[in-house]
Amino acid sequence: MSDVISLNDIRRVFIMGDQQFEALKGISFSIAAGEFVAIMGASGSGKSTCMNILGCLDRPTSGEYLLDGLDVGAMNPDQLADIRNKKLGFVFQGFNLLARTPAVENVELPLIYAGISSKQRHARAMAALEQVGLSGKENNHPSQLSGGQQQRVAIARALVNDPAVILADEPTGNLDSTTTEEIMNLFTTLNKQGITIIMVTHEPDVAANAGRRLTFRDGCIIGDTRG
Amino acid sequence: MDFLQTLKIALRALRTNKMRSFLTMLGIIIGIAAVIAMMAVGSGASYVISQQIASIGSNIILVVPGSTTSGGLRTGSGGAQSLTSDDAKAIMNECPSVESAAPTVRSSGLVVYGNMNWSTLIMGATPEMFDIREWGVSSGRTISQQDGDGAAKVCLLGQTVVDNLFGSTDPIGKIVRIKKIPFTVIGVLERKGQSPQGTDQDDTIFVPLRTAQRNLVRSSFPNTVGALLIKAKSEDLLTKAEEEINSLLNQRHRITGAKEADFSTRNLSEILAVAEQSSRAMSLLLGAVASISLVVGGIGIMNIMLVSVTERTREIGIRMAIGARKSDILLQFMTEAVLLTMLGGIIGILLGAGGAAIVSRLLSWPTLISTKSITVAFFFSAAVGIFFGFYPARKAAGLNPIEALRYE
Repeated sequence: MSDVISLNDIRRVFIMGDQQFEALKGISFSIAAGEFVAIMGASGSGKSTCMNILGCLDRPTSGEYLLDGLDVGAMNPDQLADIRNKKLGFVFQGFNLLARTPAVENVELPLIYAGISSKQRHARAMAALEQVGLSGKENNHPSQLSGGQQQRVAIARALVNDPAVILADEPTGNLDSTTTEEIMNLFTTLNKQGITIIMVTHEPDVAANAGRRLTFRDGCIIGDTRG
Repeated sequence: MDFLQTLKIALRALRTNKMRSFLTMLGIIIGIAAVIAMMAVGSGASYVISQQIASIGSNIILVVPGSTTSGGLRTGSGGAQSLTSDDAKAIMNECPSVESAAPTVRSSGLVVYGNMNWSTLIMGATPEMFDIREWGVSSGRTISQQDGDGAAKVCLLGQTVVDNLFGSTDPIGKIVRIKKIPFTVIGVLERKGQSPQGTDQDDTIFVPLRTAQRNLVRSSFPNTVGALLIKAKSEDLLTKAEEEINSLLNQRHRITGAKEADFSTRNLSEILAVAEQSSRAMSLLLGAVASISLVVGGIGIMNIMLVSVTERTREIGIRMAIGARKSDILLQFMTEAVLLTMLGGIIGILLGAGGAAIVSRLLSWPTLISTKSITVAFFFSAAVGIFFGFYPARKAAGLNPIEALRYE
């Protein structure tokens, strides 16, 4: 299987005044299409920095990042915005839905920036909502939905653009154990349909759902286990 | 992202904070309403003035006699009997900038028709005077050259005189008595309205000049006239014509050196031009005050937009994460600001027009709302939105998505 993501000697150095802090100390790994990877590690281990770079929200200080065959490291902010729009889907810990906006319009949002016609947008958003099991809730505002349902809307929003990778940053961090299981089951199902998922978590039982676990410590990868 | 979508997002954002949006708009509403109302009142004023200029005729110079001294007592201006019909002829023939000159005499007296009577102004005039003042008849005919030559006892009535003596009867061909002398009414003049000085120009009777000199004005010098009404060839030649008249009359009246002139000239259009200028200065001043309120309103918009950007930092982060470009965010916040000011502008235009209508009704002051002032106000309000919305929008577009997403 071809690699969707390939990192080669990625470094990220933050400069604060005259102090330098190296958050990532030259990490390299690749992820094949259809994988479900959990990124683990204590806070400050560099996993969030790595996620930001993977999500094209931040650029590495040095090193090469290929996403779906494209050299992302060399792109300008507008090109990165397009990459985020077309190749990536984000799921956040805090759901990050637009308040006072119906679920279906939240899901449509990436398609708006992709310049897709309103009719097609609606159809695709409805299909994505069905995929996450929220048919019939499309007109509910986020405040009228439970935490699990809100996270499903966020997952639908990540799916709707048919991305190469879904990036989930502690997607179950704000959920109780029952809902956590529901969401993980949804991820597993989506993964079985062939969607590549990268998920940051620090809960081992959540990470156990993934087929591969990358463990970070002090800006380096210290473990890469499968199965 | 298409513009319609941006507009929809902006409208939704404004709707979620209805009260705040309205209060933010208020500055613009007041500013635009003030501009519209001021411009309406101002152009109403200049309309009145231009109407008055038209009512006395254009490019007119008035020559009146000076004062005279008799028995140690000096009469006021116009007291001397120094101007004659020959002066008028000479001015017409010898001053190249003058188009025509009309001598007039004036008197006042009682006019009687049947059992009605009315005291009014009686003017003796030549046919030229009606051309100079651009004053036609609404019925009957005007005074002709033959009427003048034969000193015919005919008269033209102003509308006010007709209203008071005849009511609804047709006055043409009827006999009225002016100072007990019978005159035949040959015509009724068009309504002129008020003069710039506020006198009723229609409260006048006109008779041929020579008739007036012989029968109505008792004078020891039968050829003298009360005033000369002179029309210059064009507005640009007014000053030149005045100079020519002055030098010609000085020569004819043998005025040299320290000798006081026995006449004076007045340029009527000049007086009105000054009046118009002061009304224009007034509306400029009011416009400046209104623009200040627009600037203050614009600062209010900027302030609220900055608050809004801070409040919606997370939303901006989400939009950026899922693929909004910087330009999309910039456009979204610009659209919101411009929408605010343009809505404010439209409400302001309606309020201003309403205010002008009320002023017009209550103070019976004519107001004029031009499409120009509406267009200017509308685009100005949009410009305020663009100018004051740019900084907050740029701030929003410049946010770092990682920090924006983390913002609580």
